[in-house]
Amino acid sequence: MKPAGQHRPADAFRLPKGNPLNTVLTAKRFGALAALAVASTFVLSACAANEEAPADNGGASNSASALSGDFAGSGSSAQKAAQEAWIASFQTANPDVTITYDPAGSGAGRANFISGAVQFAGSDSYLSDKELQGTFAACTPDTDVFEVPDYISPIAVVFNVDGVDDLNLDAATIAGIFKGTITKWNDKAIAALNPDADLPDATITSVHRSDDSGTTKNFTDYLHQTAPDVWDADAADTFPYDAGDGAQGTAGVIDAVTNGTNTIGYADFSAAGDLSIASVKVGDEFVAPSADGAAAVVEESDPVAGRTDSDLAIAINRTTTDPSHYPLVLVSYLIGCDSYADAKAGAFVKAYAQYITSADGQSTAASAAGSAPLSDVLAGKVATVLDGIK
Amino acid sequence: MTTTAGPRPRAKVRLADVLFSGTARVAGILILVALAAVAIFLLAQALPALVADPADYGSHAANFLGYVLPLVFGTIWAAFLAVLIAFPISMGIALFISHYAPRRLAQGLGYIIDLLAAVPSVVFGLWGVQVLAPAVKPLYAWLADHLGWIFLFAPPASGTGRTVLTVAVVLAVMIIPIITSISREIFLQTPVLHQEAALALGATRWEMIRMAVLPFGRSGIVSATMLGLGRALGETLVVAMVLSPKDFISFVLTSSNNTATIAGNIALNFPEASGIGVNALIATGLVLFVITLAINSVARYVVNRRKAFSGAN
Repeated sequence: MKPAGQHRPADAFRLPKGNPLNTVLTAKRFGALAALAVASTFVLSACAANEEAPADNGGASNSASALSGDFAGSGSSAQKAAQEAWIASFQTANPDVTITYDPAGSGAGRANFISGAVQFAGSDSYLSDKELQGTFAACTPDTDVFEVPDYISPIAVVFNVDGVDDLNLDAATIAGIFKGTITKWNDKAIAALNPDADLPDATITSVHRSDDSGTTKNFTDYLHQTAPDVWDADAADTFPYDAGDGAQGTAGVIDAVTNGTNTIGYADFSAAGDLSIASVKVGDEFVAPSADGAAAVVEESDPVAGRTDSDLAIAINRTTTDPSHYPLVLVSYLIGCDSYADAKAGAFVKAYAQYITSADGQSTAASAAGSAPLSDVLAGKVATVLDGIK
Repeated sequence: MTTTAGPRPRAKVRLADVLFSGTARVAGILILVALAAVAIFLLAQALPALVADPADYGSHAANFLGYVLPLVFGTIWAAFLAVLIAFPISMGIALFISHYAPRRLAQGLGYIIDLLAAVPSVVFGLWGVQVLAPAVKPLYAWLADHLGWIFLFAPPASGTGRTVLTVAVVLAVMIIPIITSISREIFLQTPVLHQEAALALGATRWEMIRMAVLPFGRSGIVSATMLGLGRALGETLVVAMVLSPKDFISFVLTSSNNTATIAGNIALNFPEASGIGVNALIATGLVLFVITLAINSVARYVVNRRKAFSGAN
């Protein structure tokens, strides 16, 4: 029993018994509930219908010659712009095909391909020996996978220093700057390479990727191979030293270099925009990044040893002394099955891969993403591999 | 009401009542199930990383504890700074709206504050990177030059402005609406009698607020602040976009060396992570889960302990 004089709060809002509004309210609520139930049934069935529809259509219109169906790839974010351009033009030519590419990152792309969640992967690193030993869910059991370079892009060393437009750097100096052992723009090492430049007495802010990335891996691989005395850390997706500023993604690095003062960073050549780009010492000359230089160094590098015929993984020769080469380059691969468990997927991947690596596809990527087209020799090798896809 | 004759009348069972109580019960159970599922997922996925060699997921630390400790520090440090900035401002805005501003202005201001809470964090992140960081860069350089002897501003200053202080300011802007709108509602509920009594005793408006409004709203203020703190602790995008992260503990507010946060670290490294690296990141997520749980429990405890004296009952 509650003490007298204290009323229960709920009573205050209760309508007197027998008030006609009560019935109205109940009826209204009940009606709303019923409506909700009906509506959700509709929505649910509509969803189900949506999901089934394409599969039915695909099955009905499937013929031997025309490609059709939904296909998915995932992986390298460096390939994102190129993949978008390739997908757009491939879908225009093959209206029954729907392709999605999720730029989730190279590691995620390879994992998705291994698990069979996607039909192909884009990756800035070739498959590791460990990954190759496992099984690939989308492939016919006991068959190999193919791996071909489909996206080659020079990495530019970009900088933003007041009064300096041209900068020549060698690998040891770049390594020193990004490792934090060279801290001033007028350091002897930089001044010696740039006798004509008016270098300020200012602290260098180096900007690196704060997220794991294939760009960092290729950049550190270059420094480790060409200046191992300074850059004693192995090539890695993660920037290895504590020096400098971290920024997220290519866009983040470009942003930080642009908005910062006396900054230097590295990014995809195509993303450099209006920023000044340093020339890198190759042999006795200073070479600016270019599509031709990037394609040349990839063509003349050796394949990775111990791989199958359909695996064109390349060990890039970063220590080249040929000034027509630009060794600071990112090579990204297209990875798929030699033989697909699903024949439709096999036909699609074959056609799509052939388009991507054709002269047409490579020039599409060059204009959309600023990549370097595959050289003729390399494109020939790739075409041979792709012919074998089932 | 004291005499009851015969059997108690039984309430008629209505379909709507049954439906509603059933739905409500299912909803209540569902949230517990979801929470349990998250906890189980985190535990199961985290376990392999706890025993693995940190070198396998790219850390220089000796063990998982060494890997996660700086991240824990970074998370709490950034959130603490954010609350430090946001709390006084939020209290000011909330009191202004509830007790100082003319009615019409107060309403408009309230709407604007609530609107701020609806801005997605990616927009705040972009603002932090594109506008705030370049703008505060000279200030950081000045602080490092003139106050560099204080450990918080030790030189060299960041050349890009992407420091933990910048992050804290952006986070503060994000949590101000949360703290403000809850506090405002609490302040508005202060019994008018208390306030008028204080004024009648000769209190100025500020004295009235100190004696009547703040004690009444104390538990509400704590709850609001904890909610804001929770948001700051878990904020991912802003930290990932704005912060220049490092994997060691650093108290400096104005340099490139800022300790990464758990959420930011996961966002940055998850896309390219594979194998045990994924487990390690999920294990840090588990740690964040535990921290959030602990902070919420402490907040609950404080609120409950204070409840008896607040006049809120």
